[in-house]
Formats: sequence, structure tokens, C-alpha cells
Amino acid sequence: MSQHQVEIPRWIDLVVLPLFNLALAFGVSAIVLLAIGQSPLQVLALLVKGSFGSAAGISYTLYYSTTFVFTGLAVAVAYHAGLFNIGGEGQAMMGGLGAALVGLAFGAHWPAWLLLPAMVLAAMALGVLWAAVPGVLQAYRGSHIVITTIMFNFIASALLIYLLVNVLKEPGNMSPETRAFGAAAQIPGMHAVLGALGVEWPRTPLNASVLLALAALVATWLLLWRSQAGYALRAVGHSPDAARYAGIRPRTQIVVAMAISGALAALVGINEIAGVHNRLIADFVAGAGFTGIAVSLIGRNHPLGIALASLLFGALYQGGAELAFEIQGFSRDMVFTLQGLIVLFAGAMAQVAAPWLARAWWAVAPRPRAAALPEAAHG
Amino acid sequence: MDELALALGTIIASTLRVATPLILCALAGTLSERSGVIDLGLEGKMLATAFCAASVAVASGSLVLAIGAAIALGIALSMLHGFACVSHRGDQVVMGMAITMTAAGLTVVLGIAWFKQGGQTPPIPDAVRLDAWFEGPAAALAKVPLVGPVVGGGLLGHTAFVYLALALVALVWWVLYRTRLGLRWRATGENPAMVDAAGVSVLGMRYLALAGNGVLAALAGSYLVLALNPQFIPNMTAGRGYMALAAMIFGKWHPLGALLACLLFGFLDALAIRMQGAVLPAWLGGGAVPVQAMQALPYVLTVVLLAGFIGRAYAPKALGTAYVKER
Repeated sequence: MSQHQVEIPRWIDLVVLPLFNLALAFGVSAIVLLAIGQSPLQVLALLVKGSFGSAAGISYTLYYSTTFVFTGLAVAVAYHAGLFNIGGEGQAMMGGLGAALVGLAFGAHWPAWLLLPAMVLAAMALGVLWAAVPGVLQAYRGSHIVITTIMFNFIASALLIYLLVNVLKEPGNMSPETRAFGAAAQIPGMHAVLGALGVEWPRTPLNASVLLALAALVATWLLLWRSQAGYALRAVGHSPDAARYAGIRPRTQIVVAMAISGALAALVGINEIAGVHNRLIADFVAGAGFTGIAVSLIGRNHPLGIALASLLFGALYQGGAELAFEIQGFSRDMVFTLQGLIVLFAGAMAQVAAPWLARAWWAVAPRPRAAALPEAAHG
Repeated sequence: MDELALALGTIIASTLRVATPLILCALAGTLSERSGVIDLGLEGKMLATAFCAASVAVASGSLVLAIGAAIALGIALSMLHGFACVSHRGDQVVMGMAITMTAAGLTVVLGIAWFKQGGQTPPIPDAVRLDAWFEGPAAALAKVPLVGPVVGGGLLGHTAFVYLALALVALVWWVLYRTRLGLRWRATGENPAMVDAAGVSVLGMRYLALAGNGVLAALAGSYLVLALNPQFIPNMTAGRGYMALAAMIFGKWHPLGALLACLLFGFLDALAIRMQGAVLPAWLGGGAVPVQAMQALPYVLTVVLLAGFIGRAYAPKALGTAYVKER
């Protein structure tokens, strides 16, 4: 338990350590699979086949990944401002609600080129609202953001269900869901987009939101590392006091970071509500906000890492769904278990392995000064 | 009048039943947070120990083994929590999320593999379940008007864990505020460097608090399957761990405050269940009672409190920060 941080080469810290922690999580999952009498190798093979083995599989994988890009980025942006936003779940619900309100109100009247951007903006606006309130409370009242965002998840869920059951429900429909918004409110599926370009692609839930996810990845990278605003945000996350001396207002940055974070999480509502369901349903977020935490942790809070981690989790969700059909007794909850283990090893215990890896590295690393040192010591 | 008394008794009874796991869980949170360790893993610890208690109860048919196994698992999870966050200074919030997420997945995976009932355990045999206490006095009181339904129906005839939870509130209060151990625990949460300087191990204090936290969370989990529900159901905690966390904050990190908050939250829940489908009086618009608003009220109240609009909740000063000894 030495307090001296052993120097680690950057590439080990950024690449080997996450992969090592990921391998640990997979290893423990393999032990669980063995314990319940299933073959980890068979599961892995089927997982890969289900998620990447066919065009439809890849398409589903990308559809899940789209959602995780949004929630992963949401966690990462807040993280860079020194905040832990656990509220992605609630912010995503509000995003779906925002999209739905516009879809219900104008779905029959507006053309798609006006309606779809309006839905995206409405989703982001409600997401911003739902994240900025905890942000303001943290910045100006000192309320712990982790607790307030958790509370806001529950409040969002209660609000969504109240609205669905009492206000927005389609008359005559037994389940709590709204009526369909209409064709203009449907974000085109990728089979249609690629079909227009002459590429044949199977019909899946994958829709043009995936392009929005790509744009969000690039925009977040530009914002955080290539803009003054992003610099101010990261400065506050790194050291609020130093930032204040540099003329940056930490309170404003906290609210701004949460607002951006909420807007990103809200886009889940676009992928699910505008892209797939075309109506508001109750449980369209289904834990994606929490998956975003795992995605951001394993992606080291960087857009590139988040893109890769989202692909990983998209593949796990799609592969897991396939596996539940293929193997008797396999439950998709195995994927949730793995997700929890990834948060455990890559998040909470990330630094447990670091000193060990560092020592392993220095044992084998080339040492340019090693030959000169003994002479100096004797002299 | 009798009807009112009967309704009052029913509400009191269901408030106590709903509040019991919250009380146990909030006490667990109070212990660890007072020593400086955030516990967002309460939900997961409760879920995992509930599954453990149910599985062992079904497999062994022994109440003692079921509760014992749950407590052992609770302590083990808390020690893992300590290993990651106290010894290795991992992020406490992330650790809590990890425990909760893993527990939510693993309980279902193992449940399906072992019992093949979609993640549920078989119903736990009556012989293993917790008995009702004070049923005799309750029956004796039943004839008495007013007192019978309210006291007999409301306060008596619950399972042992309901009374145990109330007793544990007193015990935790006594330990925290009347013993040397409690003073050290609270000091560890406020100013660990001072505790260290006094020659007391900060890490030891935090591990000890976490052990107590594991036991209490395990009791909460056991109560869910041995008293409240007939068997384990996937994700049966349904946010109770977070509500307990809210109650702990609402109670300002004090065992008695947590008790009152849990009773309030339990009451709201009992009322919400009772009001399901009821209609508002005409002067309030006459629509259906917004049950969801009552269910969301504990969280809203906690946010308002945290924002400092109804009194101020001060968290332990060193909460969430790992202790690094100066060299």
C-alpha cells in the first residue's frame, strides 16, 4: 500500500489496464457460467455469432450501441467536470417524453423535415431541464449530485408513469402507451437510408439515430478537447480552485456540464421513441442509463473509448438476446451480471491492478539508464 | 368511528411492515456513512442477501441457516466494499453501483439455474418463515373498541424483525452516541486524520462499520423473503435500497431521524396502495388520486431537504473520501 504512485507508461494506463480489468470481469463471468453448468467458450462463440455473424446481428448491435453512446457520453461529460451523473436513466426518460409531446402535438400536421428536428430539440430540452436542476442544486446549494440525480431518476419514472396512465394514454388501450405519432414522426430506419443509396440492408430497429450518435461522439470530442468551453469545463473538474483563479466560474461550469450531459442522455429517447416505437411507452430506457456508467468507465471517459465500449455492450446485449433463444436456461441477466462486474473491476477496483501491472512492466521494460546507475552508485 | 379505527389500525400495520426493511437498510447506511463510506450498494446488498436467505431457506428448511447465510453474504459484500474503497481507495459511488448491478444480474442467473422458475425461488415453507409476535395480546385486545383495532391490529402481531428493527434503532443510536466506539466512528467520518493521530486505525474503524452495515443490510434482505413476500422474486427490492438512502439523508444521518423518515415514507407507501383507484373529492377536481405523486414524494422531499429549503442536512465531512495517511 505504498502511496508513491508508480510511474506507468501511458499506453499501459490507457489500453492495457482497461483490457486487463475487462478480462477479469469476463473471467469471473466465465466462472459463473461454469458454476451453472454452461460452457463459457460456447457462450462466447454464440455471443460473437449472434452480434456480428450476420447483417441483421450487426444491425441490432449497432442499434443498442447507439443508445449506449448517448448515455456513455452523458456520464463522461459530467465526469470531466468532476461530477458523477447517475441520472442518465431519468434524463433519458424525459428525453423520450419531450420527443413524444412534440410527436403527439404536431405529428399529424408538420412535415418530417420540421417535425424530427423539433422532436430532437424537445427531447434535449427536457433532458437539459432534468439534469440542470440537480446541477444548480449542486452548484448553488451544495446538494450532493449523486443523491439528487438518483432521486430525479425515481421522480422521472413516477412522472412518466403518471402521465402515461392518466393523461397521455391512448383511449381504449389497456397498456400504458400513447397513440402512434404518425409516419412523419418516424426517424427513417437504416434499411431505408441504405436502400436509398442502393445498399441492401435487413429491416431492424437500427435507425438514423446512429448517425446522430456519431455526430455526438465527434461533437463531444471537439467540445471537450478543442474548445475554450471544454477547457473551462475540464479545468473545473481537475481543480475548481485553480479554475477560479484562472477566471472560470466553477458554478456555471457545473450547471453547463450537467445540461450537456442531460441533453446527451435525452437522445436515448430519440433512438427509442422516434426511431423505433413511434409512440411513448413506459420502460423504453430499461437500464441504459446505468449501462452508460459502465460504458464510460471502460471507455476511459473519452469519445473514442466510449465508441468502442458502446460496440462491446451493444454486442453483449444483442448476443445475449440471441443466446437466450439458443441455450436453454441462459438468461440475458448474465449480460447484466457481466456489466456489473465490469463496473466493479474497471471502475471501483480499477487501481487495484495498476501497481501490479506497473511492477510487471518495470520487470520486463527496457531500461536505458540501468547500465549507468551502478557506476554512479559506487562512485 | 369503528371503521375509522379499523382503517387507522390497517394503515399503522402496513406502515410498519413497509418501513421495516427501510429502517434496517437506513441503519446500515447510517453506520457506514458515519464512518465516511458512501453506500450506494444497499439496494444490491439487500437483493443479494434476500436471494441468499430464500435459497438457503428452501434448500435447508432452516430459519437459522437462512438468516445466518444472508448475514455471512452481507458481511462478505461489505468486506469487498472495504477492500475496494477503504484499502485501495476506489471510488465509493462506483463500488455501490457495481454491487447493485452485479446483484441484480447474478441473483436472476443463479435463480434460473438452481430453481428453473424464471428467477423466482419456490415459495418458502411456512415452518421456515418468521412467526408473528404478540398475537395473543392482539386477540385479547380485539374486543376492546378503538384500542383493539388500533393497537392490536396496528402495533401487535408483526414478525420479530419489525420489533428487532425498532430495537436496533435504539441500539445503533446508543452505540453511535453513548459509546467510545461510536465516538470513534463518527470522528472517522468527520476527521479521519484526527482519529489516526489519536492512534486509532481509520481503516479498522471503517471495516468495522462496514461489517455492521453488512449485517443490517442482510437483515433487511432476509425480512423481504421471510416475512414480506412468500418467495424471492427478481429485482424484488424495487428501489427500497435507494429509498432507505433517502430516508437516511432525510433523517440527517441520525438513527432516530432515519426511523422517523422511514415511518413517513412507509406511511406514504401504505397510503398510496390504499388510495389506488380512489377518486379525489370534487373540490380537488374529482380525478383519480395521483398515486405516483405519493410514491415520488419521498424523493422530492429528500431533494428539497438536500437543497436546504427545509432545514439543512449535513453529511459527515469526510464522506466519500478515502483516507490517505501522511508520510
